[in-house]
Amino acid sequence: MDLANYVPSAFTSLLKNATELITFAYDVPFARAVVFGVHIGGHLFVEGLLLVVIIFLLSQKSYKPPKRPLTKKEIDELCDEWVPESLIPPVTEEMKREVPVLLSAAGPHTIINGKKVVNFASANYLGLMGYEKLLDSCTSSLEKYGVGSCGPRQFYGTIDVHLDCETRIAEFLGTPDSILYSYGLSTMFSAIPAFCKKGDLIVVDEGVHWGIQNGLYLSRSTIVYFKHNDMQSLQSTLEKVTQDNKRAKKLRRYIVVEAVYQNSGQIAPLDEIIQLKEKYKFRVLLDESNSFGVLGKSGRGLTEHFHVPVDKIDIITAAMGHALASEGGFCTGSHRVVDHQRLSSSGYVFSASLPPYLASAAIAAIDVIEENPQLITKLRDNSQILSTGLLGIQGLELASDIMSPLVFLRLKTSTGSLKRDLQLLEDLADRVLKEHSVFVTTSKRSIVDKCNLPVGIRIYVSAAHTESDLQKACESLKTVAASLFTD
Amino acid sequence: MITIPYLTALTTYFSYGLLFAFGQLRDFFRKFIDWWKASNLQGYAPICLGLEDFYIRRLYLRIQDCFGRPISSPPDAWFDVVERVSNDNNKTLKRTTKVSRCLNLGSYNYLGFAAADEYCTPRVTETLQRYSASTCSTRVEGGSTALHVELEQVVADFVGKPAAMVTGMGYVTNSAILPVLVRHGGLIISDSLNHNSIVNGARGSGATIRVFQHNTPSHLERVLREQIAEGQPRTHRPWKKIIVVVEGIYSMEGELCKLPEIVSICKKYKAYVYLDEAHSIGAVGKTGRGVCELLGVDTADVDIMMGTFTKSFGSCGGYIAGSKELIQYLKYTCPAHLYATSISPPAAQQIISAIKVILGEDGSSRGAQKLAQIRENSNYFRSELQKMGFEVLGDNDSPVMPIMLYNPAKIPAFSRECLKQNVAVVTVAFPATPLLLARARICISAAHSREDMVKALEVISRVGDMVGIKYFPAEPKKPELEEGRKKSE
Repeated sequence: MDLANYVPSAFTSLLKNATELITFAYDVPFARAVVFGVHIGGHLFVEGLLLVVIIFLLSQKSYKPPKRPLTKKEIDELCDEWVPESLIPPVTEEMKREVPVLLSAAGPHTIINGKKVVNFASANYLGLMGYEKLLDSCTSSLEKYGVGSCGPRQFYGTIDVHLDCETRIAEFLGTPDSILYSYGLSTMFSAIPAFCKKGDLIVVDEGVHWGIQNGLYLSRSTIVYFKHNDMQSLQSTLEKVTQDNKRAKKLRRYIVVEAVYQNSGQIAPLDEIIQLKEKYKFRVLLDESNSFGVLGKSGRGLTEHFHVPVDKIDIITAAMGHALASEGGFCTGSHRVVDHQRLSSSGYVFSASLPPYLASAAIAAIDVIEENPQLITKLRDNSQILSTGLLGIQGLELASDIMSPLVFLRLKTSTGSLKRDLQLLEDLADRVLKEHSVFVTTSKRSIVDKCNLPVGIRIYVSAAHTESDLQKACESLKTVAASLFTD
Repeated sequence: MITIPYLTALTTYFSYGLLFAFGQLRDFFRKFIDWWKASNLQGYAPICLGLEDFYIRRLYLRIQDCFGRPISSPPDAWFDVVERVSNDNNKTLKRTTKVSRCLNLGSYNYLGFAAADEYCTPRVTETLQRYSASTCSTRVEGGSTALHVELEQVVADFVGKPAAMVTGMGYVTNSAILPVLVRHGGLIISDSLNHNSIVNGARGSGATIRVFQHNTPSHLERVLREQIAEGQPRTHRPWKKIIVVVEGIYSMEGELCKLPEIVSICKKYKAYVYLDEAHSIGAVGKTGRGVCELLGVDTADVDIMMGTFTKSFGSCGGYIAGSKELIQYLKYTCPAHLYATSISPPAAQQIISAIKVILGEDGSSRGAQKLAQIRENSNYFRSELQKMGFEVLGDNDSPVMPIMLYNPAKIPAFSRECLKQNVAVVTVAFPATPLLLARARICISAAHSREDMVKALEVISRVGDMVGIKYFPAEPKKPELEEGRKKSE
């Protein structure tokens, strides 16, 4: 009874005490003061106390675990523990494979292992290797200038034959100017970074060779691939990228294609590319390594083949190690394009120039091409004969264009892995060489190569091959393929 | 280390500032004039935007005649420089038919194989007849001739490694080997003054790149320790492998690399060493085998040795030497071997013959004479220049001697005055060197005789007085520092 009454009464007395205290606080003398016309009530004290508490909490530093840099002993331990990978992965069987060694010039007929074989593995398209005129000009050049040029182009490495060669090439192609590089592979991967910088847009075929891929990677631009030699895919890609990037003023845009693709032998349809280029305002970079001196009525390349004026292509590059039977590369275009490369192209500025005898070989080769246009028709006939002759082959199909001098045969059905495909094709090539004395090679793929096109047998046709050589090649390939692919 | 005097630094900055200001003024007027004329770009973006080629248009084109001078004879000790004229104030240059015979202090002709040589040239011509000028195919296709196999064996023996691989161009060797050896997840530590081909190869590989101070092994050690402790950026996984890239002789400084210290540090931290002997193979060392021989480093300690044949052998091409497995692997994967035309057979024969001459296998002692000659020549020339008061960089025994110019006006002055007196020198400025440190680079050859060098020294001394580049006190005369004349507009 008492307890039941006790709690409420104690509670009420506590409450009464509290209210007395609060009213007391309110009745403190200056609690009811008026300062500057503002009534100050006692509640200001409570608010002031709250403010002090808040400020105190905010000024506390948050907890951060202390930073402890590694001590010398710890770094020593880490260095001792670290085990690097070996410099190269273990050497496997296919790496030990020996390549056939030639004992004479790599012309249409050559000597391997003491036997005379028909050579379809050199890109000697017009048969200019071993031509009298070329050898004479090389010999006189060697006797006059020695072998090397001993310096980069900017530091007394420019010999008058280089300048003559550049003017000759520009004259032959009908472009304003050209620039010589000392190696075919470095032409593309030096020219592209000179023109394309970070932020530019490049639309490129997925089957381009490693030189172009490396140049694109070094340029750090945005790269978009389209399906190999597929104009529909190119158009849809161009449409998509123009939609995405509307700032046309400051953005440089390029399409990079090869005239005759090294990895498949197909020919790029230049007239359609030019139409697309003009519609979407892209510049075109064309690599004519396998088509210079080959396509077109007088050998001026893809532009002549499709009757496109050569000034519509902004930059043309080519390696001279194919039809011209020399070495090195060149790039042609307008004066602006060529002059820009003389100072910004790393493979030109930081490297020694082309040996002078190779430049004079190139000049002589162009002279020969101009005087003998029948070489080009002979080459075209030969490639047609070979391509049609190989149509019925078992297990392989023709991936290249009929007009291309690079005949590419790929497997009809792949075995599933690149290594096994390559093994099969290499067996085929070995047997053809051993049993029938016809030298053909397979296309190789490096581990840094990003191209995904199928591997195959590459046959380089030359104008110096006779009909019997071509017949022999067709028959031997057909025989070996038949025996290899039926079992 | 190059320390530039304060007054020279000030005047150099002032000169560049003046050139920059006038260049901007001209650009402004050009923009005005172009605004009136219609542009012929038709909606395409210009090839060079804005300030990208400012340096070329406004600074380089003024002194364009000092670079790229054509010659019409082999680059031997004396050669013919073709004269050029310009009608539009150096914007374009046209060749004339006049030539002037000049002393060659600029070509890389260290052992004198540049012109037709009595032993090498007949053999080269014979090879040309037999194998023709080019093989037109890659090494793995139809481009391996018996000559190529012999060349690789000869080079491997000369350098002191079990096997070697040869490509047709030195620049491509670096650019194509580094991406194959190191991929993403590896680390490349390279010297801050390495050549552009190494920088390009490193960039193309996808690996992380770190730089250490030029020729400072202590800094290299610090960088290595830091990097191994930290691991890959962001993920902190341990590095797959670390490659340290150094050069034998640095072409812009003339210095030798501190190879023994660097090799011992790399051994301690288990990093691989890549040595680029472009300028030192054939030119230094008792028998011409490069910096390893000169500094007493065992070739088995250097994992990958690379070099070029352009400088001392008078040919073209590059090589990589290493263990047999390394070369087998590289021949299977390296793009320079799989996709590029093989080295031209006459050039290969020139290399084989040059190596035979150097080793004395041709039956004469011309090789040993050449090696002794170049060492004597370099040391004599360098000491004479230093006595005259020029600031010359580089170590003893190195055939490359840069003379500091600093001021941009002295570059064309030095070059043109020397040419007037029939001495051809090479001047280098930005961007191959830092902005303030322009220099004239002299490359001595074994083909220079004592009279040639005395004449060169006279001419350089006279021109040096005229231009005012004798920054150090000459011995035994008292010093007299002059400031160069500034380019007036």
